[in-house]
Amino acid sequence: MHELAVTESLLQVVLRHANEGGAGKVVSVSVRIGGLSDLVNEWVQRYFDHLSRGTIAEGAVIRIERIPTTFRCDQCGHVFPADPRTREEIRCPLCSSAEMTLATGRECFVQQIEVVNGFGA
Amino acid sequence: MVEVRLIEVREELLAENRQEAGDIRAELRRQGVFMLNLMSSPGSGKTSLILRAVRALKDVFQIAVIEGDIEAMVDAEKMVREGIPAVQIRTGGACHLDAPMIAAALKELDLAALDCIIIENVGNLVCPAEFDTGAARRAVILSVPEGDDKPLKYPLIFSVSDLLVINKTDYLEGSDFDPEALRERVLRLNPGIRILSLSCRTGEGVSEWTRWLADEIEVFRNK
Ligand SMILES: Nc1nc2c(ncn2[C@@H]2O[C@H](COP(=O)(O)OP(=O)(O)OP(=O)(O)O)[C@@H](O)[C@H]2O)c(=O)[nH]1
Ligand SMILES: [Mg+2]
Ligand SMILES: [Zn+2]
Repeated sequence: MHELAVTESLLQVVLRHANEGGAGKVVSVSVRIGGLSDLVNEWVQRYFDHLSRGTIAEGAVIRIERIPTTFRCDQCGHVFPADPRTREEIRCPLCSSAEMTLATGRECFVQQIEVVNGFGA
Repeated sequence: MVEVRLIEVREELLAENRQEAGDIRAELRRQGVFMLNLMSSPGSGKTSLILRAVRALKDVFQIAVIEGDIEAMVDAEKMVREGIPAVQIRTGGACHLDAPMIAAALKELDLAALDCIIIENVGNLVCPAEFDTGAARRAVILSVPEGDDKPLKYPLIFSVSDLLVINKTDYLEGSDFDPEALRERVLRLNPGIRILSLSCRTGEGVSEWTRWLADEIEVFRNK
C-alpha cells in the first residue's frame, strides 16, 4: 500500500504551506489525482488522520478529486476521455483512429488548503 | 469569528522523491552507469531475466543488481553465487522502492567500476509505478499465466515503462492468453513502448532481451 508513502509526502507539503501562510489550523486539503492512479481515498484519509496527530493539520478533511483519463488522437489531435480499463477497443470519436497518446491521468498534486488563523494570534 | 482562507498550493505530491531521483540520475549520468528499474508481479521472472542478461553480457559489461525483495535474501544470494555484485535493500515490508532507498544502496556499489545496474523492484504492479527511482529506463514483465488483462487493471505501470517483456511464452500453447489483445491494450496507453516476448525457461526470445539491454547501455554511454 503506497498510500502511506504518498500521505507522508502530502502531510509534509501541507504543513510547509500552512506554516509559510501563517495558518493556525488546517481545515481541509484538496488533492487532484489522475484516473490511472490506484490510490484509495479512504486510506489516504486514515493515514492522514494518524500521521497528522499533534500537528496543525490534525482533523483536516482530505478531498480527493479525480482527473479523468483522456487521450489525444494522433491523427486529428482531438482530446477525449476514455477508460483504459475497458476491454473494448478505444477509438477517436471524431475520426475513429485507433492511434492515440495518453493526455491526462497520471497527475498527483495538492491543489489548495483551507486554513484558519491561529487563535489569539 | 474564525475566518477560513484558502492557500493555493499546486504542488506535486512525491516531489521530494522526484527531486532525489533527479539527483541520482545526474550522478549516474556523470559516472556513465546505465540503471534499469525492473518491475513485475511476484514470480513473473525478474530474477530469471536478470540472471539471463548478466550471464550473456558478463564479458562485455560490468553489471550489478539492487534487490528489493520484501524479507528474504534469496534473490540477492542467487546473484552473489553467480559472482554478481548485489545489494539487498531491506524494505521493512514496503511495497515499492523509492529514490532514497536507491541512493543508500548506490553508496555500497563501486560506481566507477560499473556499466549497468539493474534494480529488481518489489513484486507488485501498483506501487512501484508511482515512484521514480532515478533509473534511466523502466521495464515491466508480464508472464503469460497472469493473463492478458493486466494492462486493464494496472494501466499506470504499462504507461510509464519503456519496455514490456512478455515472459513464460512456453505456457502460451493451450492458454487463452491473447498476445494481440495485450499489444493493443498496452500500445494505446503507451505508443512508444517496446514489446518483447520470450521464455526464460526455454530460452526462446531471450537474445532479444539481452540485445535490448546491451543497446541501451551502449547508447547511454555514448550520449
Ligand atoms: N515455465 C516458465 N517458468 C519460468 C519462466 N521464467 C521464470 N520461471 C519460473 O517462475 C518462477 C519465478 O521466477 P523468478 O525469476 O524467481 O521471478 P521473480 O519475478 O524474480 O519472483 P519474485 O522475486 O519472487 O517476485 C521460478 O520458479 C522460475 O523458474 C518461464 O519463462 N517459463
Ligand atoms: Mg526475484
Ligand atoms: Zn481523431
